[in-house]
Amino acid sequence: MIPAPFDYVAAESAGHALELLASHGDDAKVLAGGHSLLPMMKLRLAAPQLLIDISGVTELAGVTVDGDELVIGATTRHADLAGSELVRTEAPLLAHAASLVGDPQIRHRGTIGGSLAHADPAADLPMALVALGGSVELRGPAGTRLVAADDFFTGFFETSLEPGELLTAVRVPRRQGVPWGYQKFVRRANDWAIVGVAAIAGRIALANMGPTPIRASAAEQALAGGASAAQAAELAAVGTSPGEDIHADRGYREHLARVLTRRALEHQA
Amino acid sequence: MMRVEITVNGQPRSDDVEPRLLLVHYLREVCGLRAANVGCDTTSCGACTVLLNGESVKSCTVLTVQASGQDVVTAEGLAPPGELHPMQQAFRAEHGLQCGFCTPGMVLAAVSLLAENPKPTEQQVREGLEGNLCRCTGYHNIVRAVLAAAGQAEVTA
Amino acid sequence: MSILGTRVLRTEDPRFLTSGGVYTEDVTDGRLAGACHVFFVRSPIAHARIARIDLSAALAAPGVVAAFTGADLADLPRIEPMMAGFLNENMRRHLLATDVARFVGDAVAVVVTEQAYQGEDAIELVDVDYDPLPAVIDLDEALSNQVVLFDEAGTNVVVEFGNASTLRPDLFADCEVVVEHTISNQRVAPAPMEGRAAAAVWGEDGRLTTWIPNQGAQGARDGMAKMLGIEASQVRVITPDVGGAFGAKFGADPEHAVVAWVARQLGRPARWTETRFENLISMTHGRAQRHKITIGGGRDGDVRAYRLEITQDAGAYPRIGAVLPFLTIMMASGPYSIPQAEAIGVSVVTNTTPVGAYRGAGRPEATAALERAFDLFAAEIGADPAEVRRRNLLPPFTEPHQTAFGALYDSGDYVVALDKALAAAGYGELRADQAARRARGDTVQLGIGVSCYVEITGGGDEAGAPQENATVEVHPDGSATILTGTSPHGQGHSTAWAMIASEELGIPVDRFTVKWGDTDLIPEGGGTGGSRSLQQGGAAVQQASRELIELARQRAAAALEASPDDLRFDQASSSFAVAGDPEASVPLTQLAQDEPLLVQAVFTAPGATFPFGTHVAVAEVDTETGRAVLRRVVTVDDAGVVLNPLLAEGQRHGGIAQGAAQALLEEVVYDTEGNPLTASFADYPIVSATELPSFELADSQTPTSYNSLGAKGVGEAGTIGATPAVQNAIVDAVAHLGVRHVEMPATPMRIWRAIQEAQSQESQSQAARAESA
Repeated sequence: MIPAPFDYVAAESAGHALELLASHGDDAKVLAGGHSLLPMMKLRLAAPQLLIDISGVTELAGVTVDGDELVIGATTRHADLAGSELVRTEAPLLAHAASLVGDPQIRHRGTIGGSLAHADPAADLPMALVALGGSVELRGPAGTRLVAADDFFTGFFETSLEPGELLTAVRVPRRQGVPWGYQKFVRRANDWAIVGVAAIAGRIALANMGPTPIRASAAEQALAGGASAAQAAELAAVGTSPGEDIHADRGYREHLARVLTRRALEHQA
Repeated sequence: MMRVEITVNGQPRSDDVEPRLLLVHYLREVCGLRAANVGCDTTSCGACTVLLNGESVKSCTVLTVQASGQDVVTAEGLAPPGELHPMQQAFRAEHGLQCGFCTPGMVLAAVSLLAENPKPTEQQVREGLEGNLCRCTGYHNIVRAVLAAAGQAEVTA
Repeated sequence: MSILGTRVLRTEDPRFLTSGGVYTEDVTDGRLAGACHVFFVRSPIAHARIARIDLSAALAAPGVVAAFTGADLADLPRIEPMMAGFLNENMRRHLLATDVARFVGDAVAVVVTEQAYQGEDAIELVDVDYDPLPAVIDLDEALSNQVVLFDEAGTNVVVEFGNASTLRPDLFADCEVVVEHTISNQRVAPAPMEGRAAAAVWGEDGRLTTWIPNQGAQGARDGMAKMLGIEASQVRVITPDVGGAFGAKFGADPEHAVVAWVARQLGRPARWTETRFENLISMTHGRAQRHKITIGGGRDGDVRAYRLEITQDAGAYPRIGAVLPFLTIMMASGPYSIPQAEAIGVSVVTNTTPVGAYRGAGRPEATAALERAFDLFAAEIGADPAEVRRRNLLPPFTEPHQTAFGALYDSGDYVVALDKALAAAGYGELRADQAARRARGDTVQLGIGVSCYVEITGGGDEAGAPQENATVEVHPDGSATILTGTSPHGQGHSTAWAMIASEELGIPVDRFTVKWGDTDLIPEGGGTGGSRSLQQGGAAVQQASRELIELARQRAAAALEASPDDLRFDQASSSFAVAGDPEASVPLTQLAQDEPLLVQAVFTAPGATFPFGTHVAVAEVDTETGRAVLRRVVTVDDAGVVLNPLLAEGQRHGGIAQGAAQALLEEVVYDTEGNPLTASFADYPIVSATELPSFELADSQTPTSYNSLGAKGVGEAGTIGATPAVQNAIVDAVAHLGVRHVEMPATPMRIWRAIQEAQSQESQSQAARAESA
């Protein structure tokens, strides 16, 4: 219910955060909105000894345009993403995904950087990023590198963030006016998706169909080859490895993936 | 221990706290403001909801140190002593509370909801309160209260 | 103008809305200064011998004052099941599990700390060696007695209510159609928003004062005394504001007694507040009955016979849950006239959380079984479910009606309730909409579910006939105080009892103070549960108020030098006057000046009352995904004369929400090893505002003659009527696809699977017919 004891420091800059990460290694975790990390710490599933709060670092905030991409600071909150005119125009799928995370209180705190670094395969933003074909900026002692969404999520709650690296920004292609579809299947409104599907520009990403958000590649290829939405959707579960839990077994998840993919392709905004 | 400076219900405060002290416990134990309640372990129930810089947050998932330099309003501070805020008045008029445990959080979540969407539909009210659980009322009168506070047409009883 | 029957706003509310309720964890009393904090170490294994507990690391942790195990409490009596003798008394429980842990959550040790935050750190350091034993989770496994939870008992059977040998083999002999099904009334968690808590301190006089959230301080006091092996007179229970209870906060739990014991042991006050995890695994659960239902009758729709066979999962230690089949059986035939009906039950222990009472406590189970049976029967004969019900409902009666199961229904008009609900729902239009969607083959189909119920409220208990006491006192300053033996936890008794007394005394509602829940102030009382409070507690307030007027009349007669018979009491002015001489008058409050003006009355009811009603639920099912959405719930809940419609509606709403939640969403799930899989609000899907519609309540008030308020109980109607209506609606939505039943909760996967199975059976039948053609 309450975390194990820890120390806390408010980073003054991204560089300061990196220094602290370098000196504390595995003992430290980055804190932004805290709505992925703190719930884990309260259940004692995580017990870092130092929290480095980056929420006050201005260079990590804000949404800007850079050519044909939107650049979203890691500490951008879900509520701000959902309400941003810029994001709603240029990457409405992302704004929509952010508007569905948790509940209003969670959206007032949770950040895109935190959500992506947490890498819950059932979550909205990782799936959205994969669908959008975006990328993340990871800054470390050696400099900044860009990792494509397809490569960023490496395993169950695992990413390619190296020790000592900070996720500083998220990049998504600007696609004003491009149709998109989003299906989040839940029993209660603020649950995680039992299965989720996000589709745009020939890319289809699935949530909770494996240890990471996953591309429905067979379905994408069928679409690219001229198949209809219904035909392509029949292949949505190919190559996935959905888990089983109290909500759904494997067969039901595969069925949902097919139905929701068809709907994501047919009911586009 | 760390020094925090937080404005609580309009009063600036300065306190020394453990980094792990949750904001809800700071409010309850240090400030003596016990209207916010802890109802779960998983940031699910919203009974701890307060306003942080005017926006609803679940104070069980905010560290007190994260709130330093910021503004917190609790149910006790929504209206001057002896008075009821229009939302509190609406909850009373519509019988939107029974045991009262979820009520302070529910009222503050509703205040935040209307601040962002002044004329919500019934569906938007229900979705806007998805982070606040109530076991007593079945939500029917809570929804009526929020719609009434927003000056909307009434729900059929 | 009578205040009774009007929508009086609650006098309680301003406080709750601003400073908030003062729940047990909030209590700041001088006597609790310096309190230590108690934390429980709980078994993570469903069934195990406790081989060794090592407290040394915990004792060395920061702030730890002490730590104890069951061995330290060895001289305390073991807890016997209630109604020992009726329930197998050889299933005793220690306050802290000693030797054997019997469910995940069974407390095996306590750690006591100076500060609250230190406790969680410390309990992690308690090292317990468990030798796992086979976990008995499945009901049939429990019945087989291959693994017995209590060596002393030699069986897992807690109690039987009749048995198979009492069943008549020819019960369905004259039935053209017989349908049989085994269904589950699944285990749910009461999950009040406030969990359990305690604060305890012993006085210099050796008496215990303890603050506990509860549903009846007197019962809690007696329970505490028994567990601590002391006289009830040595215990004072004080009831703070209670954040919901729903049946799970009756009496006292072992944890409450342990906290008190710790306080005595350490010579300082002690406090405890459970986490939600603890609440979901160690507060009593509800329902958990398995039903074998058999219903038979004619193709014309006459139901001629019904049989209900109940297996009750009692959990690891028998509590009131083990007894509830008694009520289920009593209400087995519901509002229907069924010529041949029988019901039996058996309660067994399993390595799961003990089962207690949960809103409805035994009666929702009866209605759920019967209403599912009626729909199965209707489907079998191809008849409309509402018409089959109408055909079989008991005709209206004004003289009490005795059923074959020994229930004496006081008053009822079940057909009117059905008609009212159907009309309010627009049943014909709904069926037309359904038909149109079916004809079009819409993805989203519509289902309409009906349930007719009668339920028992305000019965007595093993202590005797149903009764309650109230003390009403008028003060010279014009205010008044009511002491009640009820124990509200959201029901609004402060307002309701003030309304009743105000009507009699002419004192405004807001000048009343209503008190309850302090056993030193109110030593006798039945608490609040079983929907008893208004018909007994409210009736007692009315009786005490009337007797107070008569007492005051004597004083007024003396004061006015008139005969009592010549005096009239004027409610509007709250004064006595000589008939025909309005100048000769004396205010009621003045009669309290020289000596206290108070009356204590005990109201004894002739028996339990039987509210009734009909619920109609409308659900949509997405036939591609199986997801069901509840669109409408229309109810008639006739609980006699309504005192305050605002409060009555609130009770109905809350019950409907919990009832719908059981049909649609909630279930406590264990794996085969007895590990709980729904031990947080992230996993246990307690219903939120987004899953529910606004409800449509129709008004119906058939008075009872059992009390002068004409009132029955309404608090549990919602769960009783709504659960089967919603379940029936969901099945109805996909009935045209061949589905006859979907187990609760009707999760998307269950509904989808039911559709797949029905369609595949249909394909198989078609193929078989084609082959044989």
